[in-house]
Amino acid sequence: MDSVELCGPAVPDFSTHPGLAAGVAVLQLAASRYLALSEQEKELNQRLRSLYPAVSDQETPLPRSWSPKDKFSYIGLSQNNLRVHYKGHGKTPKDAASVRATHSIPAACGVYYFEVKIISKGRDGYMGIGLSAQGVNMNRLPGWDKHSYGYHGDDGHSFCSSGTGQPYGPTFTTGDVIGCCVNLINNTCFYTKNGHSLGIAFTDLPPNLYPTVGLQTPGEVVDANFGQHPFVFDIEDYMREWRTKIQAQIDCFPIGEREGEWQAMIQKMVASYLVHHSYCATAEAFAKSTDQAVHEELASIKNRQKIQKLVLSGRMGEAIETTQQLYPSLLERNSDLLFMLKVRQFIEMVNGTDSEVRCLGGRSPKSQDSYPGSPRLFNSPVHKASNVITDHLCFPLFPGFDSNYCNGVSSSKGHTSAHSHKSCPPTIPSPEPGVLNGSRGQQTNVSAEVEMEVDHFSNGVSESSSNGFLNGSSTHGIDLEECDADMEVDSAQSKRQLCGGSQAAIERMIQFGRELQSMSEHLRRERGKNSANKKMLKDAFSLLAYSDPWNSPVGYQLDSIQREPVCSTLNSAILETHNLPKQPPLALAVGQAAQCLSLMARTGSGSCAFASVDDYLH
Amino acid sequence: VMRYDFVLSFVTMQEVTATSRHYVDRLFDPDPQNVLQGVIDMKNAVIGNNRQKANLIVLGAVPRLLYLLQQSSSSLELRTECAVVLGSLAMGTENNIKSLVDCHIIPALLQGLLCSDLIFIEACLRCLRTVFISPVTPVQLLYTDPTVIPHLMSLLSLSQHTQEYITQIFAHCCKTPEHQTVLFNHGAIQNIAPLLISPSYKVRMQALKCFSVLAYENAQVSMTLVNVLVDGEQLSQVFVRMMQRDKPIEMQLTAAKCLTYMCRAGAIRTDDNCIVLKTLPCLVRMCSKERLLEERVEGAETLAYLMEPDIELQRIASVTDHLVSMLADYFKYPSSVSAITDIKRLDHDLKHAHELRQAAFKLYASLGSNDEDIRKKITETENMMDRIVSGLSESSIKVRLAAVRCLHSLSRSVQQLRTSFHDHAVWKPLMKLLQNAPDEVLVMASSTLCNLLLEFSPSKEPILESGVIELLCSLTQSDSPALRVNGIWALMNMAFQADQKVKVEIVQALGTEQLFRLLSDPDTNVLMKTLGLLRNLLSTRPDMSSHGKQIMQAVTLILEGEHSIEVKEQTLCILANIADGNTAKELIMTNDDMLQKIKYYMGHSNVKLQLAATFCISNLIWNEEDGSQERQDKLREMGFVDILHKLTQASDPNLCDRAKKAMQQYLA
Repeated sequence: MDSVELCGPAVPDFSTHPGLAAGVAVLQLAASRYLALSEQEKELNQRLRSLYPAVSDQETPLPRSWSPKDKFSYIGLSQNNLRVHYKGHGKTPKDAASVRATHSIPAACGVYYFEVKIISKGRDGYMGIGLSAQGVNMNRLPGWDKHSYGYHGDDGHSFCSSGTGQPYGPTFTTGDVIGCCVNLINNTCFYTKNGHSLGIAFTDLPPNLYPTVGLQTPGEVVDANFGQHPFVFDIEDYMREWRTKIQAQIDCFPIGEREGEWQAMIQKMVASYLVHHSYCATAEAFAKSTDQAVHEELASIKNRQKIQKLVLSGRMGEAIETTQQLYPSLLERNSDLLFMLKVRQFIEMVNGTDSEVRCLGGRSPKSQDSYPGSPRLFNSPVHKASNVITDHLCFPLFPGFDSNYCNGVSSSKGHTSAHSHKSCPPTIPSPEPGVLNGSRGQQTNVSAEVEMEVDHFSNGVSESSSNGFLNGSSTHGIDLEECDADMEVDSAQSKRQLCGGSQAAIERMIQFGRELQSMSEHLRRERGKNSANKKMLKDAFSLLAYSDPWNSPVGYQLDSIQREPVCSTLNSAILETHNLPKQPPLALAVGQAAQCLSLMARTGSGSCAFASVDDYLH
Repeated sequence: VMRYDFVLSFVTMQEVTATSRHYVDRLFDPDPQNVLQGVIDMKNAVIGNNRQKANLIVLGAVPRLLYLLQQSSSSLELRTECAVVLGSLAMGTENNIKSLVDCHIIPALLQGLLCSDLIFIEACLRCLRTVFISPVTPVQLLYTDPTVIPHLMSLLSLSQHTQEYITQIFAHCCKTPEHQTVLFNHGAIQNIAPLLISPSYKVRMQALKCFSVLAYENAQVSMTLVNVLVDGEQLSQVFVRMMQRDKPIEMQLTAAKCLTYMCRAGAIRTDDNCIVLKTLPCLVRMCSKERLLEERVEGAETLAYLMEPDIELQRIASVTDHLVSMLADYFKYPSSVSAITDIKRLDHDLKHAHELRQAAFKLYASLGSNDEDIRKKITETENMMDRIVSGLSESSIKVRLAAVRCLHSLSRSVQQLRTSFHDHAVWKPLMKLLQNAPDEVLVMASSTLCNLLLEFSPSKEPILESGVIELLCSLTQSDSPALRVNGIWALMNMAFQADQKVKVEIVQALGTEQLFRLLSDPDTNVLMKTLGLLRNLLSTRPDMSSHGKQIMQAVTLILEGEHSIEVKEQTLCILANIADGNTAKELIMTNDDMLQKIKYYMGHSNVKLQLAATFCISNLIWNEEDGSQERQDKLREMGFVDILHKLTQASDPNLCDRAKKAMQQYLA
C-alpha cells in the first residue's frame, strides 16, 4: 500500500476525526487500482464501454479473456489468458479440446463481437471458432454438440450443434483474423474473415452463450481479441445499422387510437410535472391553456419552490430551517431525511456555500458557490457530448427525477444514490428545475468548462427577466441582493479554499462535523445500523483528508449537481405529507421505461441495447 | 346506369373546361392587378389537378404565362407567380412537359435566371428542374447556350434551393463525356464539393449524384476528385462516411457508385481500404433481399463493374455475405406469392424481373471472369445452368446479352466446358442466338463459341455437325473487327487437329479470296488469328496442290511487310508447316527469295523468329523423306550449314537444341 505517498494527501490537523482513516482507505484503493490497470486494460475498458453502453458490468460482466477454469486439459493459456495453444496428442477427433470465455455474452450488448487471430495452424489446422453454452463438453470442437456452434478452419464449414458441417465460408489458416458476431436482437450469428462479413451462419441461437474456441492438432495457436485492440471488421458500422433499425421501430410504434387521447395524456403529465417541481406560474398558465385542474394550492407550490432554491444554491442551513418552519413535523418524523440534509449541509460548509459559513467567511469565491447555468446542467456526466441546447421544451423531462428510478436495478434508497453518483453514472441526470425555467433566455452554447456568470439567484427569480416573473417568485424569494456583489466570474480553481478560506468558518465546520457525528451515533442507538447513512457520513468526512478536496477522489460530492438528488428527495417528502405523489407521473413513466429496459436485458431481449431512455431525453 | 354515368362525366368535363377558360381569359385582363390575382387563382386551381393542367395547356395558357414572365413591364411578383404556375404545370404528365418544351419554356426560364431577385430565380430553377429531369426533355437544351452552365455555377452560392435544383439538373443532364467535360471545365467539382456537407439532405444527395455522373468512366474528373478536400477532409473519406450503414440507402448506394467510378477510372487503387473494406461490402449489402428491387439491380450492376478487372476483389466478393447464393434469389421474380396476394406487387415484380435477371447475370459474369473456384461455385448454384440456358432465349435483349456474358465468363473454365456446358447442351441456344442478334450479343456469343470449339470441349463435335462453318465465315466478313476476330478465331480453334475433311470444308467455305483479305486486315488480331488458322490448316502434311502458290505469295507478302514479331513468328511457323508437307517442300525449295528470307530470320536478333526459321529449315532437310539429299546439298551451298553451326552455340537452349538436331541430319 505504498500508493499513499503517490498521491500525497495533506493530512489535516484533524486527528480525532473519524472520517480521516476512511478517506485514506478510499484513496489507497483508488490509487492501487489505477496502478494495476495496464494500458491494454484501459483500452479494453474504454472499448467495451463504448461498444456496449447498456451493459451493467456488475450484473452481467462481459467476456474479457479465456477462462483458465472452463477448459479441457489439452488447452494451454498464456498472455493474460488471451492466447490459446493445443498441448494434446492430436491423433483423433477424440483429442479435440475447447475453452470458453470467462463470462457469457450479455443480452444488453445488442450486438456482440470478438475476433480470433490464427497465430499458427499447427499440424492440420483443425480449429473451430464459435459459441457454446455453459456445461457443454470441452473435449470437443465448438459446433459438435447441442448448444454449441462453430466455424472450422480446415473445411470452412459451419457446425450447428451437429457432427456434420454445412458448407459456409472459406477455409482459414495462419495469419487470418476470424471474427464472430452475435446479434442478440434476432438471435443470429455471422462470421468475418479479415474484416469481411461472411454472412449469417446460425439462426435461433439460445441465450447466454460463451465465446469458445477449439483446437485439435499440435502446434495450433490462436489469440483472442475481446476488445483489447481495434477490430479488423468495422463492427461499429454494423451496430449503427441496428441502432437505426430499432430506433425506427420505436419511432413508428403505433400509439393511442382514439383521437386526442394521447395529447390529453401528455398534457396531464406535463401539468403534474410542472406542479411537482413548483413552476407555479408556468403550471398555472399551462393548466389554463389546456383546460386542466391543478391539484395543489398555489401557496404550497411556492413554498416548495422556495425550499428547493435554497437547497440548490447550497444554502442548506436555511433550507432546513425553512422546511422546519413551513412543515413543522416533517423532519421530526423523518430523521433519516434530516440526517441526509445535515450531511449535505456539512458538505456545503466545506464548499463554503452554506449560509452559516458564508456569514463567517465573508468572501465566497464564485466557483464554489454558484449553481451552474443550464448548459452546464445538460453536460452533466451523461451528456458530455451535447453542450448546445436548442429545444428548451425538452428540458423538464429530467429534473427532480428520483434516483431510485435511475438506479432501478440496484434499488437502493433514494439518498444513497447521491453518493454513488460519480462512481456509477446514473442513466438519467436530474438537473434543477428552477434553473431551467429561469434561464431559458440564457441558453447559449457555453461550453461546460467555462464558469458562467449566471448565478443561481437569477434563475427563476431575477427581477427583470420575464421568465422569473412567470415563475412568480421575485416577490417571495429570499432577499439575495447582498450576495450579488460576490458573484464574480472566477474560474481559477486555486482560489477555492476550505469553507471559503475563513478560520472561523473552518472551526464552525469542524464543530458541525462533531454534531453530525453525534447525531449519527444517536440515530444508530435509536434505530439500529444504517449502512447508507454510515457511508454518506464517511464519504462527507473524507473530504477533509485532502488539501484540495475539490480535486480529490471524493471531490465529486462538492459538485453542485449533487444537490439535485437531495433537493428531489426533500421535495418528494414534502409532497407525501400533502398526500400528493412523491414522483411526478412523467418521471414515473421515464423510470418505468428505464426499468423496462433493464428487465429486457435480464430476459435476453437484445434490442434494449439500442433504446436507451437517454436518447429520447435530448 | 351506364347512360347516367356518361352524362354526368360529360357535364363535369364541360364545367372544367369552362372554368379553365375563365382562368386563361383573366390572363388577358387590362388591369395588371387582376392579372396577378388571376395567376394566383390559377396556381391554386392547378395544384394536384392533372386534368385542369391539361385543359389550361390546351387553352393556350402557357404562351401567355411565358409572355408575362418575360415582360419587363410585369411586376416581379407577377413574373414569380407565372414561374410557379409553369412549374406546377410541369409536375403533371409527360405530355405537359412536351407542350411546355414546345413553347420554348427552357430559354425563357434560363433568361429569367439573369434577374437579380432570388425568389424569382428559385421559382424559375424549380420549374427548370422539373422540366429537365423528365425523360422527354432533350438534355442537349441545357448546353445550347454556352453561357448557361457558368451562370448556373455562379447561382450555386445563392441559397439551399438554388443548390438543390441546379445540382439536380446537372445530375440528370450529364449523360455523355462531352457533358462531363463542359461541367468539369466550368468548375463543377470545386463548386459542388462543398455542398456534400450542406445541412440540407437534399442538397447533399444531389451533389453526390452529380459526382457519380461526373466521375463515370472519366479519368480526368476522377483524378481531380481524389485530391479535393471538403472541410479539410479527403473526398473519398466523405464518400466513405456517406456509406455508413445508418445512412439512407440511396446515399450509401450513390456514394459507393462514386468510389467505384473513381476506382475504375484509375484514381483509387483496387486494394485501397476504402474499396476493399467499404465500397465492396456496401455494394454486396445492396444486393440483399432487404433492399428494394431497384436498389438490388443498381447494387449488382455497380459491383459487377467495380470488380470486373480485379481477381482479388472477385475473390473477396465471392465469400462476402453469401453473395453467390444471394444472387440466385434475383431469378425468383415474380414470386409465386406475389401473384396470389397482390396484383400491384405482381406488376412491380414483373417490371423489375428482367432487370434483376440481367443484373445477376452481369454480376456472375464479373465474379467468374478469372477464378476457377468461383466459376465452380457459380455453376453449382441452384439451377444455374438452366437459368443461363433460358436466359439466352429471353425476349429482353438486355437479359440475353447478360446471360451470354455470364456463359462466356464461365466458358473460360476447362472443367466447366467438359462438364456442365456439355450436360446442359448450352451450344444449342448459343447457336440459335448467333443466327439473328444485334452485334453486341453476337460478339459475346461468338466469343463464347470460340471456347466451346476448343479441342477438349465435348461440345465441339455437335457444333460442327450443326453447320456452324457458314455462320463463322460470314462473321469474318463483318464490319466489326471484334466479330471478324471471333469468326476467324473460332475457325482456327475448329481447325486445330481437325480431320482433313473439316479442313477442306473450312477452306471451301471461307474461300481463298476471303482468306487473303483477312491476311491484309488492318486489325492485327484478325491477322494473327488468320495466320493461326493457316498454321492449323497446314499442320498435318498439307496438300498444297490447290492453293500452294497463293499461300506462298501471302507468306512472302507478310514477311516483307511491316509487322510485329508475333505476326512474323506465326508466319514462319506456317512456313515450317509447309516445309513439312511433301509437295509443299518444292514450293519453298524452288523459291530462292523465300530461302533468303529464312536465312535472314535465322540470324535475326529475336530468338522466337530464329527458332521458327530454324524449324523451317530442319523440316526441309529431314532425312527420311524423298529428295532430302538434294535439299540438304542445296541448302549447304546457300550457307545454311554455317548458320546452323553457329546456332548450336546459341545461348537459348531451345534454339541451340533445334540447331543441333538439324545438324544431325547432315551428319547421318
